[in-house]
Amino acid sequence: MAAEEEGAGMDSLSGLRMDIGNLLVFDATDPGIEEASTSSDDYDEQCLRKGARAIQALAEKLFNMPSEADKYGRLVILPPPTTKLPREKPLPKPRPPTKWEQFAQSKGIKKRKRSKLDFDEDAGEWRRRYGYKRVADERDIPVIEAKSTDEPGEDPFSNMKKEKKARIEKQEKNRLQNLKHTLKVAGKSALPSTVQLSTMALPITGSAQVPKKLTKDELGEIAGHASTATASVGKFDRKLEGEKPAKHAGKHRKFLPVVGSSKEEKQQSDKILDKVLSRHNQEIVDVNKVSDLIFAFRGLANFSHGVLGFCVGC
Amino acid sequence: MLRVVKPKTKQARRVLEKRAPKIKENVKKALLLHGTSTSAVVKGVLSDLHHIKKDGGNAVHWTRKNENIRPFEPAGAAPLEFFSKKTDCSLVVFGSHSKKRPNNIVFGRFYDNHVYDFMELGVERYKSVKDHGGARKFSPQVGSKPCFAFIGEAFESDEKCRQFKEMMLDFFRGEEVDRINLAGLDRVFVCVATATKQVLFRHCAIRLMKSGTKVPQIVLVDVGPSLDMVFRRNQTPGEELRKEAMRTVSKAPQKKIKNVSSDMMDGKVGRIYMPKQEVRCRASLCHGRETRLFTGWRDRAEENEGLKKRASRSGCSSSRRGKER
Repeated sequence: MAAEEEGAGMDSLSGLRMDIGNLLVFDATDPGIEEASTSSDDYDEQCLRKGARAIQALAEKLFNMPSEADKYGRLVILPPPTTKLPREKPLPKPRPPTKWEQFAQSKGIKKRKRSKLDFDEDAGEWRRRYGYKRVADERDIPVIEAKSTDEPGEDPFSNMKKEKKARIEKQEKNRLQNLKHTLKVAGKSALPSTVQLSTMALPITGSAQVPKKLTKDELGEIAGHASTATASVGKFDRKLEGEKPAKHAGKHRKFLPVVGSSKEEKQQSDKILDKVLSRHNQEIVDVNKVSDLIFAFRGLANFSHGVLGFCVGC
Repeated sequence: MLRVVKPKTKQARRVLEKRAPKIKENVKKALLLHGTSTSAVVKGVLSDLHHIKKDGGNAVHWTRKNENIRPFEPAGAAPLEFFSKKTDCSLVVFGSHSKKRPNNIVFGRFYDNHVYDFMELGVERYKSVKDHGGARKFSPQVGSKPCFAFIGEAFESDEKCRQFKEMMLDFFRGEEVDRINLAGLDRVFVCVATATKQVLFRHCAIRLMKSGTKVPQIVLVDVGPSLDMVFRRNQTPGEELRKEAMRTVSKAPQKKIKNVSSDMMDGKVGRIYMPKQEVRCRASLCHGRETRLFTGWRDRAEENEGLKKRASRSGCSSSRRGKER
């Protein structure tokens, strides 16, 4: 603060410091009110007296400053304030150039002003370049001449509408892309004040994780499950337009043909027999499991003997 | 995935634009509120400060209790930061009253909706605007630019006094101006430091009396509120934050002036737009009402256009707008 005060004007006569831009006087030579025992009324009186003296010095300066005439009297021209005060918000940041602006600069394309009105040859009058009742408005075209390249069955009017819509969507996409770039490069403060970027899916309150987006395969699987979750396993359900058959139709077991050659059946039996009769056949047996089973059978046998014995006894 | 969130109404858009960071900032707004326990003195001080600052919507006064606000604790200042953002206020006055700190007033400043500094003062003696009722005749005009008088060496040497000085200036100075009408110089905040670490705050009206010279004689009339306060706790900004908040632009961009250009030969050249003048209807254009055409013209007009009636008013005034240098 002391360093900042040096910039303020110093009145040589009264020894007062002034910041005329803020209409501020500071009397550092005055010790303030020293007597602690003075009554409150005395305080008030002293305050006013000291204040009036300081303001008188300020008025002395102000009334002798250059001024200019105005409708309501003379206006004194004030110098800029010298006391530095903190800002309430950070300085606005310039927006980084958009992709188009970068491209235009590299190619040396200059922005040029175009008039708001343009001459419409068909209507024979001046019309707006954009907006309602504009030049060559697509909506006002009554007839489109057929071309040799036209495909039969396609409506050129709806095509035109579709193209227009696609152009708008593309521009919107570009805009979002530029905003994202701005956010990445220059931070939040460089975005326009009226625009905020927010995430599409907000996390559920209390959990930090954003819900995972399902992949195409996962979605297909879920759709398949849902379509077969009926009494007829989806057999008699009406299919939607463009619906593809479920990926897993539900057939998992394979049965060998009942008639025909028994070659396959023989192969299967041989495979099992080979496993059982091979030299390392103990490897295919879980010894623990088998021993458990044996003990279980023995216990069962003992239990049944006991029961029988009891029966005999009575 | 990101999406753009835009205001849905024009009004909301304007509000956001108004709140946006600017090179030349708005006048700082103040939020006045109190905690769960208050006293009549605290409430009175808050409403008086609101009375001084409210012009131009520069003060927001909340008169209900606010829980869990303890400015000098990190978590306790969070609600204030939230309120500051909600109300777009970068100045806060928080009043409370307890056995430990009776009649407590905390002045706070915010930078980018985060705490910049705090200063706590205890009100020892208070005289409200109402109690000064007799001086109402001289009471200053609402929203006029105030003067400040800081008296006492302590405002330079003492850290808390220095902060008080800066805080008061930030609170009440209003808009930065480059021109002022001296006839409208009608209020001053007088702050006097005492030897007993007190600060006396007075809000006075200025009366400009005849003195026989160019400079009038100044007479101050106390219009209230008058506060005798003692310093309690304070919190100052870190060096980094202070530096960040004090940043300025060396050269503010000039606003483009339309239709004015400079020429080597002619100097400053202005371009004006004039409606195309039609001499025939000149009289009616000038007076803004339908007038009779001069007989000679009328006869010729009727001849030429085969009109039976007089030239209608609409026909005269709907002359095409032409661009002329």
